[in-house]
Amino acid sequence: MNSFTYTAAPDANTAAALLTADKHAQLIAGGTNLLDLMKENVAQPAALIDINNIDGLDGITTLDNGGLRLGALAHNADTAYHPLVEQKYPLLAKAILSGASAQLRNMATNGGNMMQRTRCYYFYDTSTPCNKREPGTGCSAIGGYNRIHAILGASDSCIATFPSDMCNALAALDATINVTGPEGDRVIAFTDFHRLPGDEPQLDNILKHGELITSIDLPKNGFEKNYAYLKLRDRTSYAFALVAIATGLELQDGLIKNARIACGGLAHKPWRKPEAEDYLIDKVPIKENFEAAADIILNGAMGYKDNAFKIELAKRAIVRNCLTAANLNN
Amino acid sequence: MQQKYIGQPVSRVDGEAKVTGSAKYAAEFNVPKLRYGYVVNSTIAKGKIIKINLERAMAVQGVIKIYTHENRPSTAWLSFNYADMDAPPGKPFVPMHNNKIVYNGQPIAMIVAETFEQARYAASLVTVEYDKEEHESDLHAHLTEARLPKKGLATLLKPGPPKPKGEAEKIYEASPVKAAGTFVHGIEHHNPMEMFASTVVYEGEKKLTIFDKTQGTINCQLYVANVFGLPFKNVRVISHYVGGAFGSGLRPQYQLFLAVMASLDLKKSVRLSMNRHQMFTFGHRPATVQKTKFGANDVGKIQAINHESIGETSQFEDYTEIVVNWANMLYPSPNTKLQYKLKPLDVASPMDMRAPGGATGLHAVEVTIDELAYQAKMDPVDFRLLNYTDMDQTTEKPYSSKELKECFKQAADKFGWKNRNPEPRSMRRNHKLIGWGIATGIWEAMQLPTRAEAVLTADGKLTVSSATSDFGTGTYTVMAQIAADCMGMDLADVSFKLGDSDMPFAPISGGSFTAASTGTAVQAACLGLRKKLLKKAQKMVAAFTEAEFDDIDFTDSGLHLKNNSGPPLSYREIVAATKEKTLKSKNMGWPNAMKQRKFTRATHSAVFVEVEVDEDFGIVKVTRMVTAVAAGKILNPKTARSQILGGMVWGISKALREESVMDHRFGKFMNDSLAEYHLPVNADINDLEVIFVEEDDKIVNDLGIKGLGEIGLVAVPPAIANAVFHATGKRVNDLPITMDKVMDYASPLV
Repeated sequence: MNSFTYTAAPDANTAAALLTADKHAQLIAGGTNLLDLMKENVAQPAALIDINNIDGLDGITTLDNGGLRLGALAHNADTAYHPLVEQKYPLLAKAILSGASAQLRNMATNGGNMMQRTRCYYFYDTSTPCNKREPGTGCSAIGGYNRIHAILGASDSCIATFPSDMCNALAALDATINVTGPEGDRVIAFTDFHRLPGDEPQLDNILKHGELITSIDLPKNGFEKNYAYLKLRDRTSYAFALVAIATGLELQDGLIKNARIACGGLAHKPWRKPEAEDYLIDKVPIKENFEAAADIILNGAMGYKDNAFKIELAKRAIVRNCLTAANLNN
Repeated sequence: MQQKYIGQPVSRVDGEAKVTGSAKYAAEFNVPKLRYGYVVNSTIAKGKIIKINLERAMAVQGVIKIYTHENRPSTAWLSFNYADMDAPPGKPFVPMHNNKIVYNGQPIAMIVAETFEQARYAASLVTVEYDKEEHESDLHAHLTEARLPKKGLATLLKPGPPKPKGEAEKIYEASPVKAAGTFVHGIEHHNPMEMFASTVVYEGEKKLTIFDKTQGTINCQLYVANVFGLPFKNVRVISHYVGGAFGSGLRPQYQLFLAVMASLDLKKSVRLSMNRHQMFTFGHRPATVQKTKFGANDVGKIQAINHESIGETSQFEDYTEIVVNWANMLYPSPNTKLQYKLKPLDVASPMDMRAPGGATGLHAVEVTIDELAYQAKMDPVDFRLLNYTDMDQTTEKPYSSKELKECFKQAADKFGWKNRNPEPRSMRRNHKLIGWGIATGIWEAMQLPTRAEAVLTADGKLTVSSATSDFGTGTYTVMAQIAADCMGMDLADVSFKLGDSDMPFAPISGGSFTAASTGTAVQAACLGLRKKLLKKAQKMVAAFTEAEFDDIDFTDSGLHLKNNSGPPLSYREIVAATKEKTLKSKNMGWPNAMKQRKFTRATHSAVFVEVEVDEDFGIVKVTRMVTAVAAGKILNPKTARSQILGGMVWGISKALREESVMDHRFGKFMNDSLAEYHLPVNADINDLEVIFVEEDDKIVNDLGIKGLGEIGLVAVPPAIANAVFHATGKRVNDLPITMDKVMDYASPLV
């Protein structure tokens, strides 16, 4: 195989320093995506920095503001089945459990989940051009087989989608991401973390080389009374979403007081449209209103040869999921 | 013969070996100093190789040699030497024959190194310069260029369609009740769990032992001997366990050729295994486009059947399968027109894949029949019973047995069919539209000459062997059951061996003919052994001297005089008295052509399916399915049920999930992994029920065996498609039935 060095970092600062020192280095935690990419010759890191031994990054702890901190190294399965997550953030639990398989969720970490790469067929196939894998070579998915590709926020350079389920819930919940790096610590709003492809599709997110995610903070509001997660895919399990919807609602006296709708499978990042959520404020939770919100979310959607159906599918999914959330405890 | 084990749900005799991992597969046999190969595949579909850059790969530590078309040792000159038992008419593909690229994924170089990892890494460093030519890979763009297939040896087992009868097109047009459709199937790949591998053990000059993944060890032995000019007896091919094959093992694959080539050249043992992507670089179930036009009279009697199919094949072989012959075997019609054509494309040759042709053709036939029943305003079961026949209309011969009516009855009762509201879109649960559909299945009950040997040893154990194959079908188990009953022995004292070309001759295992063919051979070998036992007994004990064969009961591991004129004589005693301390009989199990030729022999099935279709999203879920199968004598209801269940799961997969999607700009399959090539997962499979309606059929063979490999699958896709119609009111004739194809038809949101 391609040779690479392997170093187990004892703490976050060392990991960040090692990473900063080598621009071809990559962090490895669960490795559920990176090892695949290495075997397929899609990723060829010169150095792997193993962060699994770093203490203190795998906890799930309550915050003074009533929120919850999810350690970057806590496993997806441990997160989904954590009593506080199950009670206060069932939307997150449900989203996590919609993804991958039990084995993968046992291995995968929360930080790693955000860092997973697209599942675009061409990204994985090194015999075909792909701007995300090799900038400047072109996008094969445009004009190719693009069933699983983006209908929103795509560019002429890339129409790939971001595959995570967990991140759709984190986007809906307005989580924040704590990172550390050579220039110190910073906090990134979840919805700012992943980026659209533009003309640099090789960049999935705004993390700088040298930075590592230490934890994810969930705000106090978990929308645990009215939430729903819906994942539509080509088989009932072990397939990535064609369309996934995370919805959280707050209802009062029969009116919507707060709404969150994040969509997966549609774009290069979990897709949220605050205008749609604002539109729903003080509206009754009925189909017509959710349809109008869906239209706002999907405004500007564009389909390709194999995925145009996702525009209508996404609309129906948003409506269904919002109705499910609204009627959850009825 | 007393049937103590035949018909019993005996657990798989190889089950423990498989679940504990002691069963070894082709890539798991280790020998000292084994070398490892790794293949580089072409990335264009058509053209010429200008240059293969090997410098970086050669520099990798441990690399021993790299083979390409430029330096590969010469093999047989004549094309027929490369033709295996399942080769279609044409010129078989020869790996690295020259610089020509004939399909994307074709093997063009092989690294041999001291470790697998070194070979794999070196392969990733090979770059190739091509002179690209324009390729054709899209069947739909070339339908008008289809032509009749060439004929050859393979045509014997796969006859073309019968000649037209009457005036099918004209009568169809004039029929008061009509149904027509265009049916589209994409390419599918077999994708067994075990990937193709060959471990070639170099035993000295021109002598090899090969552990190979195959459905026919002797097929591979002949292929290797012919291609490399080796004496047959110096080539031994072993394949004790096969981790699924589904037809992909019916032909030697390129890893066998390349591993043998390297082994002979290096005079070393070599292993070559494919990776999952490479499992998409040889045979596949061909893409097809079918058209049907069926007509019936006022009372629903079918009077015209038109069925045509266009399938793809490679540029070098005319792969054919039986797609259009089935309608007229099931439904009598005075007017029939059946057409079968091929369009060669720049792809690998298609191959037999579980129920080749049948799984394709019956979808079109049974959906058209369902539509015809609707047009005739009849229940789909009643419509089929109205058009029922005990006579195969294509050959005008009666079926040797056909309990299809009973299949309908039992499956309908179990399913609760009488509660069905025939109106489409009339049944629902919350957001889900419910649909109930049925289809009929048929598959030929073939039998081929096969040889087996039975050996009794002084410890009272019987070993029966034949070079046949068990790729999960249960051959080990059912053959041991047959042998135990034939000899009147305890099953624990009997073992069956297979998967070794040193064993008595067996043809490739496929087409549902293994149980009947090998079963008859086992019976013949046991009969031979019983005769030898009596001969020996006659010399040992006076009471047996005058006895005729029919005077003896062969039971409890001994010879018993039916008239009790003397004490029994055990097999043990007889064998102990022989000089060799063993008694053997090797016999051929011949199909009884005299009996068989007056009949058509076939298995049948009736499949009842319930689906839920999400009214907004078009997602189809098969919630329950009942399959009733009439397939002669069921040797082992447990392994038989597993085989039918496997077929039902496959049918769900074919109807709703599977398709190899090609990007025609590259002529390459883009979803070439098990992550993206969607097979059903556990969550896709719900309530499945299997009913066997036994047939007592002494025409097919003495044991009444018909075979089960394909019949579990063939009717499932149309039954699901018909259920989707009942749920939604729309026909989706383009498989797989994915949500996007159904969604357009689901109720509009507003």
